[in-house]
Amino acid sequence: MIPSLPRPLWLRASTACYVGAFLVFLFLPLIVVTVFAFNDAPYPAPPWRGFTLDWFTGNASKERVGLFQDAQLLGSIGTSCLVAAWVTLLSVLIGTANAFLLERGRFPGKQALSVLMLAPLVIPGVILGISILAFASRIAEFADDAFGWDLDFLRPGLPLVVLGQFSYVATIATLTISARLRRFDGTLEEAALNLGATRAAVFRTILLPYLRPALVGSSAISFLMSFADFNTTLMLVGADSPLTVMMYGRMREGATPTLNAVSLFLMVASGLLALTLIRRAPRRPSVAA
Amino acid sequence: MSTPDLVADAVVKRFGEHVAVDSLSFAVERGSFFSILGPSGCGKTTLLRMIAGFIAPDAGDIAIGGGSMRGVAPNRRPVNMVFQQLALFPMMSVGENVAFGLARRGIARAERRRRSEAMLERVGLGGAAHKRVDELSGGQRQRVAIARSLVLEPTLLLLDEPLGALDLKLREHMKIELKQLQAAFGTTFVYITHDQSEALVLSDHVGVMSHGRFEQLGTPQDLYYRPQTPFVAAFVGANNRVVGRATARDGASIEVTTADGWVIRAIHHAAGAIAVGDPVEAFVRPEVASLGRSEAQLPAGQPPHAGEVLSVLFDGANSAVLLQESRSRREFRIALPQTGQFSDLKPQERILFSFDPARAVCFPARAQAAGADA
Amino acid sequence: MPESAAPRWHARFMLGLLLAPALLWLGALIVAPHLDLAVLSLRERVGPRQYAASLAQYRTFFADPLYWHVFVRTAWMSVVATLLTLLLAFPIAWVIAKLARGRAGSLLFIVCLIPFWVSETVRTLGWMILLRESGVLPGLLVRLGITDMPVELLYHDATILVGLVYTSLLFMVVPLISSLESLDNSLIEAAYDLGAGGFTILRSIVIPHAAPGITAGCIVVFMLTLGNYLTPTLLGGKNSEWFTEQIYNQFIVRFNWEQGAAFGFLLLGLSTAMVMAGLRLTGQRFGDVMRRT
Repeated sequence: MIPSLPRPLWLRASTACYVGAFLVFLFLPLIVVTVFAFNDAPYPAPPWRGFTLDWFTGNASKERVGLFQDAQLLGSIGTSCLVAAWVTLLSVLIGTANAFLLERGRFPGKQALSVLMLAPLVIPGVILGISILAFASRIAEFADDAFGWDLDFLRPGLPLVVLGQFSYVATIATLTISARLRRFDGTLEEAALNLGATRAAVFRTILLPYLRPALVGSSAISFLMSFADFNTTLMLVGADSPLTVMMYGRMREGATPTLNAVSLFLMVASGLLALTLIRRAPRRPSVAA
Repeated sequence: MSTPDLVADAVVKRFGEHVAVDSLSFAVERGSFFSILGPSGCGKTTLLRMIAGFIAPDAGDIAIGGGSMRGVAPNRRPVNMVFQQLALFPMMSVGENVAFGLARRGIARAERRRRSEAMLERVGLGGAAHKRVDELSGGQRQRVAIARSLVLEPTLLLLDEPLGALDLKLREHMKIELKQLQAAFGTTFVYITHDQSEALVLSDHVGVMSHGRFEQLGTPQDLYYRPQTPFVAAFVGANNRVVGRATARDGASIEVTTADGWVIRAIHHAAGAIAVGDPVEAFVRPEVASLGRSEAQLPAGQPPHAGEVLSVLFDGANSAVLLQESRSRREFRIALPQTGQFSDLKPQERILFSFDPARAVCFPARAQAAGADA
Repeated sequence: MPESAAPRWHARFMLGLLLAPALLWLGALIVAPHLDLAVLSLRERVGPRQYAASLAQYRTFFADPLYWHVFVRTAWMSVVATLLTLLLAFPIAWVIAKLARGRAGSLLFIVCLIPFWVSETVRTLGWMILLRESGVLPGLLVRLGITDMPVELLYHDATILVGLVYTSLLFMVVPLISSLESLDNSLIEAAYDLGAGGFTILRSIVIPHAAPGITAGCIVVFMLTLGNYLTPTLLGGKNSEWFTEQIYNQFIVRFNWEQGAAFGFLLLGLSTAMVMAGLRLTGQRFGDVMRRT
């Protein structure tokens, strides 16, 4: 119960135990991943055989290919970044347009459109993936048959991966940005117009700065969601694998601690991103939009 | 005199360095309406929550209905509370709200229904049992909140500024209704508010609270006519405050001279001695002073003062004129007579005024001369 | 656009400009592909590049007990995982929203978020290192004398559930916290003051108030669990028998798109049905619920 009501000792004690156990449950997998990135053994498993940096710096001559020498892994990180950058750009642009459309626009069917915009969140990612895969392939086939065009970007590959991830990340960006736009005090805009600003100037000097936290936040979320996406990507991926798919493949084969090293790298990178975001906005960050 | 329903004995509550309630003792008679009046942050909410049991005192004891409440959980105390935002359960109907406490006591459904409907009837909401809470007006919600507590027949009903959320007109109306409800039920009410008008209208006794202590505890008339401290004089009702030194005394009558040489007379009847030369504060109520265009128009025997009209503050029966006293350039507020006389006063007009020194009060100046000109 | 003296054509132009990307996005990436998928699932290959409308794909599903079994199993496990997630997340949400005050609450909240900033792949790798036969926990069990030999903790149903619950926690905790934070403490105090005990307060005040948050969390978690691929296949191995795996196999491995499309629609139908049932059960609207998450 709440602090102003009497809480018996057993309740306080069990609450504290619960919180402790919960935190252990949350962090145990991450701690294990980190620890075994430094274990001097060919597989990420106990016992502890001493500290090594081989899984970061090792090269073929040591028969241990470390993260920084593993061209395949490094390439897949690059691929993931490229995909995530595109997804972020597209999602934030369309999210901003949608926010204005939903919060300011008046047109028949707006209610239906706003519900439809939420649909990608309740469609399982695998299905988003296969539907886009099938649709794109059919268009490509049609173009090939009818006009003899070879639309390569509609075959499984990075362009489709970007589109597939974008199809649902856009919803999240829309929700984040329109939530902030909804709280905007319209009199500020009227005041600016009243002081002689043009609509474009109002947008640039009043609205955009106001939306900035939401734009920054939704960019970060979009980037992370894209980077972490697996379900949709798996269905649409071609020759170049993004990191999650690459890791999945290696995990099925039985991975070396190089994967732990990549994971640690990811944790540090996303930790730093989270930290900068929290610094910028002292409020609780909204995570899932 | 019957046994008091509520006795606080040297109750203390600290939050870190801050003393919220400072060794407070008082008793509330059975069946009376007791108010705790004070500005926000004076500790009145802490006091009320200690009586309810949501906060434990650091020292001292609270007894309700003759029994000590030390270690007694809030839900075991013969006390119910009407919360500031009322805290009606939005997920239940009006009837379910009122019957909630009865259900917790294991009273059968039919009996619960009978009692809660009877209670709603008594507060003038017969037939509203099936309504949803958000279908009610502000005043009706108020009555439901009170009914929900009174149906449990508590020894003591605590009310935490329940009128605060209402608009002015409804607040005036609910004041009268609350007083009538209390009289009809005869339950002891402990009411906290920062609104002196609510406290004066409703209460049998009022404790004026400041910095965790009672400045004065008495009937509304006591507080208004015989304030014991400058804080009470300034906080309860409107008052003109004049700061100066005692330059002469004649029994209880003190001559007060301001730094710029304005001289008035006032009565000292509170605690603390005043010697000639001491710094003092005097208070003159706006309705005590009279206006006159000549000395002949002023009541006989009252020393005349002169001033210049700053503005006329028309407010129906509460209309007043704001003057600047000629000698000290201090602002002085005087109520306009109900007869409509002097309603033609113009700014910058020179005017005379006087007051009965026996109805002006004088105190030794407070150590921290916090400007509390109410 | 807000009303103003701006000319009508200008307002229309702006509306069109904003509407176009939204329609393009929803039309080309959501609506059209799903319609196409529906068409695909309702046809049958009768010869090389020859197709005929047919319900054969759905008939296969109902005729083959394997598919049917995997489908029901996936649904059932998802329900269990959702309920477990709710049970596990509720107390922590309560602690964050009601017990830990000020900075402590925010800090605990941020700490709970951290694991979810890294991808599911990394978290699953952690569980695999912990649970596999040569892993950390089986070794610990032997050392503590609980088992004689290291036991394989991977590839059990319980393992899949642990992984699913772990992955879903955040999506339950966030809506729960926001719905609990909006519960006025004085309602709880009032109920207590009127004589209610902890259980009654939970049942008659807290749960009715938090119902929208609970529904939102459950819907999202159920949906994510049902559509999960990574966790069941990695933690469950060959025993995972998860329906998304069937879809993947039909589409990518066997290249039988018609059958895969039908499976996709069945999964989508199940997910939609459960979402609708959840909303109906608690009398809420889809849009309101989704905006909470």
